This record gives sequence, structure tokens and C-alpha cells, in this order.
Amino acid sequence: MNDLPSVTGIVAEVRERFGDRLDAVRVSRRDEIYFDAKMDLVAGFSAHLYKNWNARLAGIFADDVRGQENVFHLYYVYALDAAHAFFILRVPVPPDKPEFTSLANAIPAADVQEREIQDLFGLKLIGHPNPRRCALHDDWPDVHPLRKDFDLHTQLPPFQGERHKFRPVEGEGVFQVPVGPVHAGIIEPGHFLFSVAGEPVLYLQMRLFYTHKGTEKLFEHLPVTHGVRLAESISGDSSFAHATAFCHAIERAAGVEAPPRAQALRTICLELERLYNHIGDIGAIATDVAFVVANMHAMRLKERVLRVNEQLTGNRLLRGMACLGGVRFNWDDGQIKVLEKLAAELGPEFDSLVELIENSSSTRDRLEDTGILKPKVARDLGVVGIAGRASGFDHDLRRDFPHAAYDRVKFHVPVYQEGDVEHRMQVRIDEVRESLSIIRQLVATLLAGALRVEIGELPASRTALGYVEGWRGEIYHWIRTASGNRLARCKVKDPSLQNWPALSEAILGNIVPDFPVVNKSFNLSYSGTDR
Amino acid sequence: MFDILRKSLRTGIVTTSYPETPVEISRFARGRPEIDWHKWEDARPATAACPTGAISCQDAGERRNVRLDLAKCTFCGLCAEADKTIRMTTVCECAARHRDDLVTEASYSLKPDGWHERLVATPDSKKSHLNKNAPLVPGSLDVLGQKIKAQVDSVLGRSLHIREVDAGSCNGCEIEIVGLNSPVYDLERFGIHFVASPRHADLLLVTGPVTRNMELALRKTYDAMPAPRLVVAVGACGCSGGIFGRNYATVGAVDAVLPVDVYIPGCPPNPHALLHGILVAIGRLSPAPKSANPAP
Repeated sequence: MNDLPSVTGIVAEVRERFGDRLDAVRVSRRDEIYFDAKMDLVAGFSAHLYKNWNARLAGIFADDVRGQENVFHLYYVYALDAAHAFFILRVPVPPDKPEFTSLANAIPAADVQEREIQDLFGLKLIGHPNPRRCALHDDWPDVHPLRKDFDLHTQLPPFQGERHKFRPVEGEGVFQVPVGPVHAGIIEPGHFLFSVAGEPVLYLQMRLFYTHKGTEKLFEHLPVTHGVRLAESISGDSSFAHATAFCHAIERAAGVEAPPRAQALRTICLELERLYNHIGDIGAIATDVAFVVANMHAMRLKERVLRVNEQLTGNRLLRGMACLGGVRFNWDDGQIKVLEKLAAELGPEFDSLVELIENSSSTRDRLEDTGILKPKVARDLGVVGIAGRASGFDHDLRRDFPHAAYDRVKFHVPVYQEGDVEHRMQVRIDEVRESLSIIRQLVATLLAGALRVEIGELPASRTALGYVEGWRGEIYHWIRTASGNRLARCKVKDPSLQNWPALSEAILGNIVPDFPVVNKSFNLSYSGTDR
Repeated sequence: MFDILRKSLRTGIVTTSYPETPVEISRFARGRPEIDWHKWEDARPATAACPTGAISCQDAGERRNVRLDLAKCTFCGLCAEADKTIRMTTVCECAARHRDDLVTEASYSLKPDGWHERLVATPDSKKSHLNKNAPLVPGSLDVLGQKIKAQVDSVLGRSLHIREVDAGSCNGCEIEIVGLNSPVYDLERFGIHFVASPRHADLLLVTGPVTRNMELALRKTYDAMPAPRLVVAVGACGCSGGIFGRNYATVGAVDAVLPVDVYIPGCPPNPHALLHGILVAIGRLSPAPKSANPAP
């Protein structure tokens, strides 16, 4: 790998490398650079960025601009973490030849996203190892909802297509354990098919998208102010992170920045979201190995954070707080005191909870070496967030692409190589402590000032990538604006979509009774994936 | 072992005594909105501000029919920001036995500029079955309904098993439902348990919106339950389809698929609101009183 020059240096190198095979290069923002090229350049461009600039494919999505330019566009988003820039390759797909070449064989991280494009846009995948339907189940009629000529409110006939055919797994003593979509616990729906020989899992197949709600299409039908509320409902446990990523995208398109106090309040809310989810997950992991007492303490602490959320934002899940250009509610001295009290008191309580778990040898025995996701696999699958960091994949948008007020605070990003359940829990434990420190730093330096800037009329036909490191991992909202404060496209990428295949890898060779705890250690969002 | 005991003893009792004591809620919490119907000058700004269509208005000639639908309301408070006649209360116990009980309608005559002239039809909920003063006719549906209800209450009222189904929610409602099992709310003190199988369940707690991909699974879960059984729809999406409504991928509210006994509004309803709704469903608490709408 080369030493990292500035972003401009890398852009110059890429330009030189590909010459006139690049149709255009546009620096939209300091960290968001667009490249135009033809389909045949995608593989080479990806390989070049991966090998020379340590890039990773952070997202692939499509956009239907047949109305304006008579093509579909494919977008490949590469994160160059060390250079703090997103390189976005845009490729046209002609409507009379609606197909695109798969990258999944070279970059497994592309797998599900490519199939989703095939389903929702009707662009045929060429060369994909498993080009079956995912976003639209097999019994759906042949429709492509994200095309502009498909109406959001289309009432589809009763579904009569095929049932999903799982891949057969055969052999002496091999049998199948189907689970879901309705699960035994109070969790979201999805289907898992375990192929097992005795207790150990040989192969895990998943069917998701049971909670597909047409969210991306719905964004195109709402005024942008209402879009913030829809963003809050993409994944309930990441309400604030999704809403903030959406606001971030709109603000970047409008060329404005939220004022410093709003940035600080946003950051505090993002960390509160991280706190209640991490604490809840640590408790749930303990429950899944039958250490229920620890979960009771964890739930008590989580409830305490939720109540502080309510005091600060009027809603326990921080809903209603986000708004375009900043945040909606200011905090008075009393509210700040509540926050300070939480930041001061939660630490010792949390340490005592961690001690309880660490001192339970039977619990540790169940967590160590369970559900290992190897660093190489994590890298290949492009695993993000806590799961990535527990498997040695060291990236965090808070540090690498400082947004909100993250450039004003000091924090440490925990990274481990082991990749087992214990270390996915350890990353959470470390991050809870960092979150409390971030909150304390921000409260100590909180300045008075405006809460929001006016966005005004949003310029049409602008594109922008908004991003936030949510508690689970990186969240992207990419938008293309239309006239009248509306959106022509809103692509939502939840970290869960990227991480589900990692669960299939991590469970291999583990016993079925360990699946709940392995699953919980990733704690992926079904709704965020399915949208 | 002793450390665990010591920690538990040191922590003490953290369980709320709700419903014997009032809900423990911050004064900043947003519950259901309240409209000062008599002083309301223009329903249009609030209608435009509402992201889910919970507040809506329709003009017919010189008359404007206005509707507040708590089943769609996410308690976001944007209406109150746009219109000072609307106030956000902290009231979260909003569960109702009938979908119509969550709807308030009123009519205004209009000035030429589109502002309200005066209230011509007083805000009242749409329903007639709430009218407790109306005499009950023996053998009528109402009486039959009450008999069945008394039966359900006596069978399920003391101990209840709940099966939860996420029929398409964002997981927000699930976070709060899981909270019911925490030591703070401790659902089990009422003899109420969550169970893993619909075959063991008396009550189906459903969050929505019901997606096309979950419709069949939801029906099958319901069919697997023994009678008598209750269905409770949770959250704005479960009660009405919420911000998602009905589209190519969703069939909307839970009652589009199953008969619903109790609706619990909120986005998400907090654990108090959920507890209230579940206790209403089994006849151990009464439904929320209608919001204050004094007659002129």
C-alpha cells in the first residue's frame, strides 16, 4: 500500500491511472467525490481502490433517471477511511439493455445489495454466484417498485408465485431446522434454516425482507420535513441515528451546516442511543447463556437511560428530536443536570454489571470462542460497526469521517482480533465507557447558541451522501433532490444489511443452542435491512 | 453467588407500583395532543405539519370537517409547533376498545379567507357504542357483546399468556414491549407472561404495519391460538398503518387482517401505556377517557 497522500493526490492518481476511461470527475464536497465511467470499468476501478488505497465498498445502489437522461444509474460507494473520503463511481445502464455485471465474486460485500437492485429496479445481474430474489419474495409478481413508473400505492394481486427453494444440504444424519418468520422471543421476523448434523450447524440459510415496507419509495412521496419522521421509523433502535443521517444528507445538499450547539446535542443523543442499546445487548447476551440476573440489572440501567432520553427529547427513543438544520429542543439547566447525573452515576453502576458478568465463569465459558468471525472473512464481507471492530476491521465513521461534534471530543475506538461473542460484547463494554466520556466532554464544553439553521428551498437535482456512525455501525442516506422540497430518490443503507452474511459465517460449526447468543452478539436490525 | 445476592439486596426494589400509582413520566414527555376546538382558527397549518395524517381536514363548500385520529398520531408535537391552539399533554394511557374511540371530528363554518368562523358541529368521537347512558336492549348485540366480554374477563382476567408478533414494525414497539419484562415494569406481577408459542397464548400482541410478507404468518399465528383469544394492536403503525399507511408492500393496520380488541396508540407506546392497554384488554382497567371536549 502506498503512503496516503491527500485526497486530491489520490484523485489525481486515479485520474492518471484510468485516463479517458473516466468520463468525468466531480468533487461535490471535500469528502464526496464522484467519478463517471462505463460498466466495464467497475471491476478494475474497484480492484485499484481496494489494492492501492485500502478502500472498502460501503454501498451499491441504483437510481432511475430514465425521465431525465434515459438511463438507470448505478452508484458504487467506496470508503477510503484513512484518507477520509468517499469515492463514488457512477455508471449508466441503458434501459434497452437493463443488466449489470456482478462484483460479488471478487467482492462478497456486494452480494445482497446487487440482488436487491435486481429485484427493485429490474436490472438483470450477470455473473452473480447466487442471483436469486431477496428483497421481493419468490411469490411476488414481476414488479420493480423503485422504478419511477411504478406507483407507490399499487395494489398487487394476491401472491401466487413460487415458494422459496432453499439450497439442499444432504448427507447421512443431516437434517434441517427451520425457524421463523415468527420467532419465540419478542423480536423482529425473519426466517432461518439451519442444516445440522447432530448439534453443530453445517450451513445457515436466511430469508429476510419480511418487514419490507416500501420505505425508500415512500421517501419520494413525502416533503423532506416529513422524511425526517420516516427516517426515525427505519429501525426503532437507531431512530436518532437514521434521522440524523437523513438530515445530514439534506444539509449537505443544501450546503448548510447545523450550528455548533446543535452538533453537540446531536452527538450527545447519538451516544445516548449507543448507551441504551449496548447496555441492553450486554444484558441480552447474558440472558442467552442463562445468566438472567445480569440482564435484570442491565434492563434497569437501560430503563434509566430511556427515561433520561424522555427528559431530554420528550421521547424514550429520542424520536422527535432530529430536524433539518439542527435539533428541535433546547435543554435547560435542569435537563443538563439530569444528563450530568446520568454520566456521573451510570459509570460505576455499569462497572458493577460488567464485574458481575466477568466473575461468572460459566457465562464466560459460553461466550469465549463462540461464534467466531475471522478477520479475513469480516474484511471480505465488508462487515461494519461493532461486529467489524471485534474482528479486527478497524473503521469508525466517528473517527474517520468526523460528523456532528465528533471532531471536538477525544475517544478511543476499541478493536479486537478474536471476533467471538465475548469480544463483540467487549467492544460494547469499551464503547459504553467511551460514550460516557464523550457525553461528559460535550456537556463540559457546551456553548449557548442557535439550535438550527434554515434550509430554505432545497435546490433541485442535487445529490448528497449523509452518514452517521450509529451504535450498530455506519448508516448512509444518499439523496437526489427534486423540486418543491421533495426527493427524487433516497437510498437508505443500514449496517445490518452488510452484516447479515457474517452471521451465517460466524455460526458455522457452532451448536444450534448457541445461535441465540451469536445472533444477539451481532443484534442486527431486520427492519433496517428490509426497509 | 454471594456477590450476586449482595448486589441484588443493595439494589433493592425498583419495580413501579403502577397502576396503583400514577405513571412515572417526565414533564417533558409528549403524550397525546389536545386541541382547543372552540378557539381553533385554522386547521390547515397543523394538517400540513402532521407527518402521518393524524390531523386532517376537508373543505365542503363553506364548511370544514376536521379530524384528529389518535391511532395515526406519533405524538411528535409538530402540530403544536405550527399551531398554538394545540398543546402536547403528557397523557400516554390512550388505549381504546374501538378504533372510532380514537377519532374526534368537528366541523367549522368558514370565513372567506379560509379561517374558521365558528364551530358548527361539536367535537365528539364518532361512536355511539361508548354512550353509556343509552339503555341496553335485551338480546341485542350490545348485550351479547357484554356477556362475551364478561366471559373473556373471567377466563383470562387473572392470568394471561401473551404471544407477541412483529408483523412489520420498525422494532421501536418491541424495545418497549421487552421493557415490560424488566424489573421496573415486571409484567409477571400481574400473572401475565410472554410465551413462545401461539398455542399457549390467550392474547396476541401485534405491532405493524402489517407487511404483505408477514400477512400470512400473522394469520397463521392467530389461527393457532385457542379460543377465547384477544388481539391487541400496538403503536401508530399497528393501530392505523402509521406513517407507512397502505402501499405496495404493506396492508396497513392490524385490523385489516385480524379482529382487534384493543388499540394502544403511541410511537412507540411506553411501557406504562402498554401495561394500561393490556390490562384494559382483560378488563382490569377501563379504557382511556375521551380527551376533554367541553360542550359549548
